[in-house]
Amino acid sequence: MRSVLVRGGRIVDPSQSLDKKGDLLIVDGKIEAISDEIGRMEEAIELDARDQIVAPGLIDVHVHFREPGGEHKETIETGVRAAVAGGITAVCTMPNTDPVTDDPAGIRFVLAQAEKAAGARVYPLGAISKNQEGKSLAAIGEMVEAGAVGITDDGNPVMNGGLMRMAMEYAKAFGIPVADHPEDLDLSRAGTMNESLNSTRMGLPGKPNISEDIQIIRDLLLSELTDSRVHIQHVSTAYGVEMIRQAKSRGVQVTAEATPHHLILTDSEVDGYNTNAKMNPPLRSSEDRDAVVQGFSDGTLCVYATDHAPHHYDEKEQTFADAPNGIVGLETSLGIGLTYLVAQGIVDLSTLVDRMSCTPARAFNLPGGTLKRGSIGDVTIIDPNVIWSVDSNEFMSKSRNTPFEGLKLKGRASKTIVGGKIVWNGF
Amino acid sequence: MKPNVFSLGKDLVGLEDLSTDQIVTVLDTAEAFKEISERKIKKVPVLRGKTIVNLFFEPSTRTKISFEFAEKRLSADTVSVSSVGSSVSKGETLVDTARNLEAMKIDMVVIRHGSSGAAKFLGEKIPSNVINAGDGSHEHPTQGLLDALTIRDHLGSFDGLKVCIIGDVLHSRVARSNIHGLLKLGASVGVCGPYTLLPADVEKMGVRVFSRIEEAIEWSSVLNVLRLQLERMHSGYIPSLREYNQKWGVSKQRLKLGSDELLVLHPGPMNRGVEIDSDVADGQNSVILEQVTNGVAVRMAVLYLLSGGTPETAESAKGVK
Repeated sequence: MRSVLVRGGRIVDPSQSLDKKGDLLIVDGKIEAISDEIGRMEEAIELDARDQIVAPGLIDVHVHFREPGGEHKETIETGVRAAVAGGITAVCTMPNTDPVTDDPAGIRFVLAQAEKAAGARVYPLGAISKNQEGKSLAAIGEMVEAGAVGITDDGNPVMNGGLMRMAMEYAKAFGIPVADHPEDLDLSRAGTMNESLNSTRMGLPGKPNISEDIQIIRDLLLSELTDSRVHIQHVSTAYGVEMIRQAKSRGVQVTAEATPHHLILTDSEVDGYNTNAKMNPPLRSSEDRDAVVQGFSDGTLCVYATDHAPHHYDEKEQTFADAPNGIVGLETSLGIGLTYLVAQGIVDLSTLVDRMSCTPARAFNLPGGTLKRGSIGDVTIIDPNVIWSVDSNEFMSKSRNTPFEGLKLKGRASKTIVGGKIVWNGF
Repeated sequence: MKPNVFSLGKDLVGLEDLSTDQIVTVLDTAEAFKEISERKIKKVPVLRGKTIVNLFFEPSTRTKISFEFAEKRLSADTVSVSSVGSSVSKGETLVDTARNLEAMKIDMVVIRHGSSGAAKFLGEKIPSNVINAGDGSHEHPTQGLLDALTIRDHLGSFDGLKVCIIGDVLHSRVARSNIHGLLKLGASVGVCGPYTLLPADVEKMGVRVFSRIEEAIEWSSVLNVLRLQLERMHSGYIPSLREYNQKWGVSKQRLKLGSDELLVLHPGPMNRGVEIDSDVADGQNSVILEQVTNGVAVRMAVLYLLSGGTPETAESAKGVK
């Protein structure tokens, strides 16, 4: 395999507290060296990274690639293309496919499809319960053996606290975290948006914050009880953030996600029955949004993940109640992070890279998340100065369901390198 | 021809979107149209040549008939479609239904739909005028207008008026249209019902909340009593219809707490003995049937104004008696 020499970039690698100008060399798919200047190499592809940022490959631990069963929305092939177009070199896929990815054959299928596609690495999560029915444990050990890096019933959360306890205890032996979409379905009932004056005005049934809070508290207590790792997905409430902050301070092994949409949007986005502002958990109040921002800034929410949830356009072209939950995110997350989080001073660049690469890798024991010598050659090169507008027609994803259409952003991946191969070469 | 300085816009989706002036204009125009229904020959050529579809995705008797009469008395050509037995029940999406209507060159669509936002959705998809005849728990603007007209008929003005909406406000589109309309017209609005049937933050809409019906009646000059759907009991919002009647039902006994001139409205259909007792529904405070009469006039006014008619020409548009 040819070597890649990335020249003159600002190398930002929080895993070794590195932020300096220099050259980076990838040989045989692995990071070989970082140095102020590396001499000319005959056999290497040289990339000019002057005025650019060179970061360990970005990782999104929460995506839905819909395969098998929802190939009209996204396939693993289109999903990994969308990922690298957004500067993401690895993703964790959710198991709420059709059929549910709840056995080793399902995990192997996802990995085989990913192997065929030229794009981001795919690390599948398996289901917690058989068919995500919340009744009995799925084949967790066999799925881990087949390549699952965690388990979750995202999309159909585990309501039974006893089963959740067993999942955490059982998963512990395999060293994987249990990821939970925290939602008490009896409290959220038929809700389609945040319960608030806005839902009342629009006549839409609401999901109260407490439907999320109560399960976050349950998960934290169960994690504490079982002395195991829990990963709280897409936190959207102020109280939830505070509970996680307190749990962390007493040593609970918890990691938690903040999504781009919960960081920058509120439930007023739903106005006019905008189905591209419909997702689960819903967009909340500005107080909740501010708390999510604060949690992201202080590290309570240590993972930046998109919950990339593609839907076909005609599925979103329905009345609000009938439209499915979810928005795509892979191709906008980095730009939003740079524009709304770094440029606004909420976090510095190194912290954003940490939350998009190092912490997600640690949370799910993934290779990468670092540019240390010998680690995998996954690198994202970012042009921090390019100004662009979100145009869903340009998306590599099969779907266009974004609330960020037309949004002006500053900063974008210019090249994405996976295992020493340039898999995205910019627009 | 004089330019049309007054406009309701293309669609009537809800009273939240209308100005006070627009609401008053609809009421004034409805006043002028009332008389048509008193004639021997109840037909004027105002909408001659216009085609209107009444698209009812939810069962309705009163509203559908009221719209049909309003349309026919204005000489429109109308077709009514109910969800049962139509392509709608065969899984056709609302957007496909809309495109088919557009292809048939329809002038106006009246839509009743179980999803909040359905009327707005349809209005954005087709160039025809769209009138919301009730969308989910969102709005039922012609009901709000006919309630306002009925109140104005009896009490003259809205200044100082206190209107309390009683019952299942959570699921009620009538409640939301009443709240928006009456507040804009200058009335004070209250809501009363079990807290399980009052929506979150409803007080932030500018209404007063009563948990006890006795207090609500003492406060009010008008009661608008909502229908309690039987399924609310099955989904656990209230323990039983019997208890609901005992704690929140409008009874003759309770009416004595209010003034003699208290007006009682109900959008129908009534559950006698549940939210309202028969001796109230049929009693001297009740204006429920006047609401029905006014419904036709209000819908004629809305059809006329949306089709480009102006308040000034309403009288002449009606033609000679």
